[in-house]
Amino acid sequence: MNPATNTNKQDISVALVGSGGAGVVAAGELLLTLAFESGYYGLMRKAYGPQIRGGESAALLRLGSYPIYCMDDNFDLLLALDWQNTERFAAEIPLADTSLIIADPAAGAIPPVIAASGAAVESAELAAMAGETPGGRGNMVALGLLSGWLGLDATKARRCISAAFSDKGSEVAASSIACFERGFVTGIKGLAAANITPTSSPEPRWHLSGNEACGLGVLRGGVRFAAAYPITPASDMLEWLAPRLEQLGGSLLQAEDELASINMIIGASFGGVPAMTATSGPGLALMLEGFGLAIASETPVVIINVMRGGPSTGIPTKSEQTDLNIALYGMHGDAPHLVLAALDTSDCIFTSQWAVRLAEALQASAIVLSDQGLAQSRALIPAPASPELALAVRKKPEITDAPYQRYAITEDGVSPMAVPGDAQTMYTADGLEHSPSGKPSSAFADHSAQLDKRQGKLQQFDYGEHWAETGGDGDTAIICWGSSTGAAREARQRLQQAGIPVRLIAMRLLLPARSAQMDEALRGVKRVLVVEQSHSRQFLHYLRAHFDIDAPMACLAKPGPLSISPGEIVERISNWRQDP
Amino acid sequence: MSPDKTAIRIKPRQYKSDIKPVWCPGCGHFAVLNAITKALAHLALANKDVALLSGIGCSSRVPAYTSVYGFHGIHGRALALASGLKAARPELTVLVAGGDGDGLSIGGNHFIHACRRNMDMTYIIMDNEVYGMTKGQASPTTAPDWTMSKLTPHGTGQRPFQPAALALAAGASFIARGFSGDPNGLAQMLVKAIQHRGFSVIQALSPCPTYRPEHMDWKHQIREFTEPCTDDPITAAQRIQADDGQSTGIVFQRELPVWQPYHQKSPLRAPTAVLKSFEQEFAL
Repeated sequence: MNPATNTNKQDISVALVGSGGAGVVAAGELLLTLAFESGYYGLMRKAYGPQIRGGESAALLRLGSYPIYCMDDNFDLLLALDWQNTERFAAEIPLADTSLIIADPAAGAIPPVIAASGAAVESAELAAMAGETPGGRGNMVALGLLSGWLGLDATKARRCISAAFSDKGSEVAASSIACFERGFVTGIKGLAAANITPTSSPEPRWHLSGNEACGLGVLRGGVRFAAAYPITPASDMLEWLAPRLEQLGGSLLQAEDELASINMIIGASFGGVPAMTATSGPGLALMLEGFGLAIASETPVVIINVMRGGPSTGIPTKSEQTDLNIALYGMHGDAPHLVLAALDTSDCIFTSQWAVRLAEALQASAIVLSDQGLAQSRALIPAPASPELALAVRKKPEITDAPYQRYAITEDGVSPMAVPGDAQTMYTADGLEHSPSGKPSSAFADHSAQLDKRQGKLQQFDYGEHWAETGGDGDTAIICWGSSTGAAREARQRLQQAGIPVRLIAMRLLLPARSAQMDEALRGVKRVLVVEQSHSRQFLHYLRAHFDIDAPMACLAKPGPLSISPGEIVERISNWRQDP
Repeated sequence: MSPDKTAIRIKPRQYKSDIKPVWCPGCGHFAVLNAITKALAHLALANKDVALLSGIGCSSRVPAYTSVYGFHGIHGRALALASGLKAARPELTVLVAGGDGDGLSIGGNHFIHACRRNMDMTYIIMDNEVYGMTKGQASPTTAPDWTMSKLTPHGTGQRPFQPAALALAAGASFIARGFSGDPNGLAQMLVKAIQHRGFSVIQALSPCPTYRPEHMDWKHQIREFTEPCTDDPITAAQRIQADDGQSTGIVFQRELPVWQPYHQKSPLRAPTAVLKSFEQEFAL
């Protein structure tokens, strides 16, 4: 058996493509909602052309009987409403000769780059079927075809469609339902019924995006102020947060730029209100001077950085794990800080919440790395357990006769922090190096004592088991971080089923590097495969710089926008070869 | 915010720290610091309820010389720092101080947006028409033909900003010009600025004896605006444009909508029914 293949699978992968305005993303979202209602798990990525709005688009779905953490190696089905510019992201929709393409003959010939996959082709007259209903649309016919094939509940579907179009009037909803039904009864020829079944006793599940999950995480952590400048692909997190912060008695301020947003959250946090911002690479670059101020003045802040293809404007709508270097090393001066990464949609909640808690407890500055793939995918996940993390609490000063020292040297490196309004503890926070009282100082003794303190408080803290997700055994290990975890988990599972045990270390806490835990996790390992979505192997260099890994390392690295598939990881381990 | 007449008179020195300023002898900033402490004493504001924030430069050292809450931030970003604080803690009295380079060059974008946002805070631009901390370079308010900086040996050749005109065009609701040579007048102006509801800007002419010694002559040139403050932006614009930049007084004051997000004094922190309701949205 070839372990690279996804055998015995109880999941299916569907790509819906069409030009801008064809409604494939709307149809995909409805399909995901229907799957949710019918008891399935799933994941949906949106693919757009290079432009942020308008133009060709695709809804890429994988639905299954178990939680789905990544896209499969290939799509089982490609359903095209039309072929306008589809070749621009054909590479993101891998097809095999076992795949099926369903296309409307009225939309013209299948682009050669797609036809070359060898996939079987069936036709469906989507436009003609839609034309039978006044105001009818092909995307709803496509939704019907797919729902019929998947055996989804038509009654629930009608309800979902009505709800989705409720603000567009009853005629739109009625014509959409008519088109759906036309597709539903037509079904799909040339393809066996999908081998997926709903979970027999569905556990509570959630339906959300990574950006929403990060938003929930910071609110759970206690954030009550945000300031931010719009940027793809972080803006929808901010849009989710704005009204909800208000409901919690807080607020979100749309800043004039990222230089302002970072300083605004430092100001709010100085005022005692836990604060965050969200941005993407170019915005992070602008924020880093301010981030240094937060570190030097020990004012807790959290930045959630949703990575996209870079450098410069790069590929704003596509995912990449390439802000690792700037997050780790972008600071001027010796500037100890926290860098965390969310491993999947559900973990966006945990990691964001944990980041706020750590920042507040340690008066530290944290960067949480997410990415476009994670942030803008919608997932159907098991409902996350209620948080066990205590709410973030800052160490408060006790009033004594001695003058208050804001930057007092303490055993754990954390100094009691007063906030404006507290009597008898007035102080000036400063980005200038300072003595324990906060008075500006350029003396070696003060500089080295404060550097020791700012580094020590992060190093000494007990981060517990949360530094990484570890599992499995055997003498081969996969080390990955952030959103590559989904593919790595599935690869490990496939190898396991093929009798090849593999360990997985998916890193959540990147700084401070937990070297003792890494040594423990890698004990007895004979070879290591590093997995990352970066051209220059940023993660591999990070591992070499921060850990003593004796085992030979190979690296599976590639830039965005193509995500790393489980099959590629399995292949690299099955046919082990050292990097040249 | 009005002073409590029955209280024991508060002395300005109660707002000073024991840190000795780094400023050169004769620097105008000493008088601006005195004006700030006098205004706070006049208003009898509790030290704990006042925050003074700044950026970088000679004048931006001022927070550490006071005994209110202070933040000495980074170059140009004082207004952003202060806007975040005020948004989250509306009950605090927020003052911002800094120089002409800090506020109008590197911080120019924050300045115009702070004017437009009109949050209730007071901004003192200590204008000496030079970068003093970096040893004498031209600032955005320096005359174009000033050739004493090695960085611009032919002068900047660029017309200077007129801070009052900039503030007016950007939407500030209180605009005044004061002079370090008249600390009592400056203190009175500051009292009115702090009492004003909205974003108040005071350009405090404050000569640098080290890099612009010729400005020590300002005391002979500066005089008050002959006409009283107006609430009409057109009149104010004409007056500012007709002036040589050396008339002092409150030139414009008007009640304009203040931007202030609602912020509960104790925002809900614990996971509550509100958080649960957000989670319910995901469960559909």
